[in-house]
Amino acid sequence: MPADVTLLTQTRVAAVLGSHQLLLEDAHGSRTLSFDTLILCTGARELLLPFPGWTLPGVTGAGGLQALIKGGVEVAAERLVVAGTGPLLLASAATARQAGARVALVAEQAARRALVEFGLQLWRWPNKLRQALTLATPRYSPGTWVEAALGSERLEAVRLRQGDRRWEVACDRLACGYGLVPNVELAQSLGCATLDGAVAVDDHQRTSQPHILAAGECTGIGGNELAQATGRIAGLVASDQLDAIAGVQTEARAWRRFAAQLARTFALNPAIARLAQPDTLVCRCEDVALGALVGHADWTQAKLRSRCGMGACQGRICGQATRMLLGWTPPAPRFPLQPTRIDSLLALTEDER
Amino acid sequence: MKSVAEVLVVGAGIIGASCAAALAACGCRVRVLDAGLPGASAAGMGHLVVMDDDPAELTLSARSLALWRELVPQLPSAADYRNCGTLWLARDAAELDLIDAKRQRLDAQGVANQPLNAAATAAAEPALTTLAGSLEVPGDGLLYAPVVAAWLLQRSPLIEFQRARVTAVEGRRVRLDDGRWLTADAVVLAAGLQAASLCPDLPLVPKKGHLLITDRYPEQVRHQLVEIGYGASAHASSGASVAFNVQPRPTGQLLIGSSRQFERPDMAVEPAVVGQLLRRALDFLPGLTHTSLIRGWTGQRAASPDGLPLIGAHPDQPGLWLAVGHEGLGVTTAPATAEAIARGYSASLRRSTWNPSHRRVSRPRRGARYADPVYRWRTPGDPSRQPAHRRAGQERQSRRAPFGRR
Repeated sequence: MPADVTLLTQTRVAAVLGSHQLLLEDAHGSRTLSFDTLILCTGARELLLPFPGWTLPGVTGAGGLQALIKGGVEVAAERLVVAGTGPLLLASAATARQAGARVALVAEQAARRALVEFGLQLWRWPNKLRQALTLATPRYSPGTWVEAALGSERLEAVRLRQGDRRWEVACDRLACGYGLVPNVELAQSLGCATLDGAVAVDDHQRTSQPHILAAGECTGIGGNELAQATGRIAGLVASDQLDAIAGVQTEARAWRRFAAQLARTFALNPAIARLAQPDTLVCRCEDVALGALVGHADWTQAKLRSRCGMGACQGRICGQATRMLLGWTPPAPRFPLQPTRIDSLLALTEDER
Repeated sequence: MKSVAEVLVVGAGIIGASCAAALAACGCRVRVLDAGLPGASAAGMGHLVVMDDDPAELTLSARSLALWRELVPQLPSAADYRNCGTLWLARDAAELDLIDAKRQRLDAQGVANQPLNAAATAAAEPALTTLAGSLEVPGDGLLYAPVVAAWLLQRSPLIEFQRARVTAVEGRRVRLDDGRWLTADAVVLAAGLQAASLCPDLPLVPKKGHLLITDRYPEQVRHQLVEIGYGASAHASSGASVAFNVQPRPTGQLLIGSSRQFERPDMAVEPAVVGQLLRRALDFLPGLTHTSLIRGWTGQRAASPDGLPLIGAHPDQPGLWLAVGHEGLGVTTAPATAEAIARGYSASLRRSTWNPSHRRVSRPRRGARYADPVYRWRTPGDPSRQPAHRRAGQERQSRRAPFGRR
């Protein structure tokens, strides 16, 4: 890290205080941070879609399981099913296998034909081809998805679906994720426009707010290489090195083509959005089932009448789920951006007494 | 023109829904129109509280609490009704005097209440800092207004709901945003702050309020806690006057209020006001320091110049009934407001003036008009409209049930 860079780790943006000021919180307290130019690199989170049994202990996201293993959760000798969609499934299965888990199946919802076409294109991105070959597993099952997680106290098995075929596989864990969703809440709170669920940027990574740039997956899902390229562009633009960006832009365009190919290949089968039953929980914070949501005009009405999205995650998970299941627009972010300790918020105003 | 219903109700918040339910209970066919715009019912705390700033307000809120209690056995569980009571908090001897005056007014109205000394207050709410005393009003409660409003509309087959935006109101007819006019025997305007644009002669102004809610925790507080010195809270540079007002939600969350700002018609959460609210809350509940706040929001109260609602027939527009200007007390006073509207409308059908002995919808005083709105529920024998307990020269700062959007 260069000497003129200050790195604040384990620090979260709690709130936007103005167009040029943020409130930061860490384990010890809070502070305000003023800026002239801001580059947002807020990344993406996993898309979790509800299906019967998805709230059973033992069920996590695909990226979620990777994070848990890196955080020290023991999975050795556990029987694991990885499911959902996208390249993350293979990476998650590989991490789990290295940690000693037995991967029973990797269920990819995308159809075999789409995957074969994608594979045939991979020569254009040799490092991706190498990655795919490294991660490939005979347990990979295309056109397959988890219809239900089964178990009474915790996960015992999953019911799988492939075409008209249904079968059950016993397992201790299910890691199920349906790709990634850009984290746009901070950008939205700063007044930056979004497009198709991502922070809208021009080819200089500038957002609709002139002093704010954005880079990486918050501007669209595209993987590591695209994130790095857009990050370099944003850094060069923010430091007035515009002469140097042309080459990086070419690189970014190439990776955007890869991202578009990924999006086409792993587009969700509409059957996935019909898995949840009336008694399937959609909002895990407030225990709101799908049956309590259908029939409402929109997110706001449903939230007011059912408490959906009122809990600690503030609709980050269920807002995306209702977008996929019911076509609703996810909620705009509210103050504070994340649950924030009251003592951290006292800095917002001086004691005037 | 053909009537689409006997009565059109504009607004499906707690006031509109209550009016529709009360009219349907009288046998009226009602159509309720609502645009789905943000309103105070969705933003507020849902505190059911007897308020005694003003004799008319005391009559209205006490009657309303009695009506709410009649409704309680039928409410759905999602209405989250709790008979939590209110604890009015006094920090010093001067505030104990306010407690005493409040006690006398409640006694005169027959509203049950119990003064608690310092030790009894600490025993009732151990999380509170040391205080001089308090007044417990055990009949007060809380509920979740959006669910109750939706439930009220579903109670009667005589009520029809239409999602539609009303752009004009003229006596017995309303115009929708698609240009169509709907006509009925009567129109009830219960559109909260929106009423001011539909009926520009209404003297309604927005009063912005902030509300905050914590994450879920084991029970810390049992009563709704309100400082008795509510109206006296200092104005800060933010222009917000802030008072301690905390409600324990059935989820284990605490709702933290309340603030009041004039001429801030926007919906933005203002960090400075959030800080003020939290400082005030910590003065009374120091243990809150390490709890987490998960959300803050704002709402706009529809306030009349003197803080009292406008309930009754519009003086110049035959067929138009008003149920607006409830400021922060809409949820509390919805049933009694609806009762007044339903009785007034029924009486008008009998071609007689509704004039029961204990209250009436009065006519404007000559020359008074809207500067001093008087066509409203009020107590006879109170010609001055100035409650005796209000000190002369003091700016009206009514103690309103607080506010916010969920």
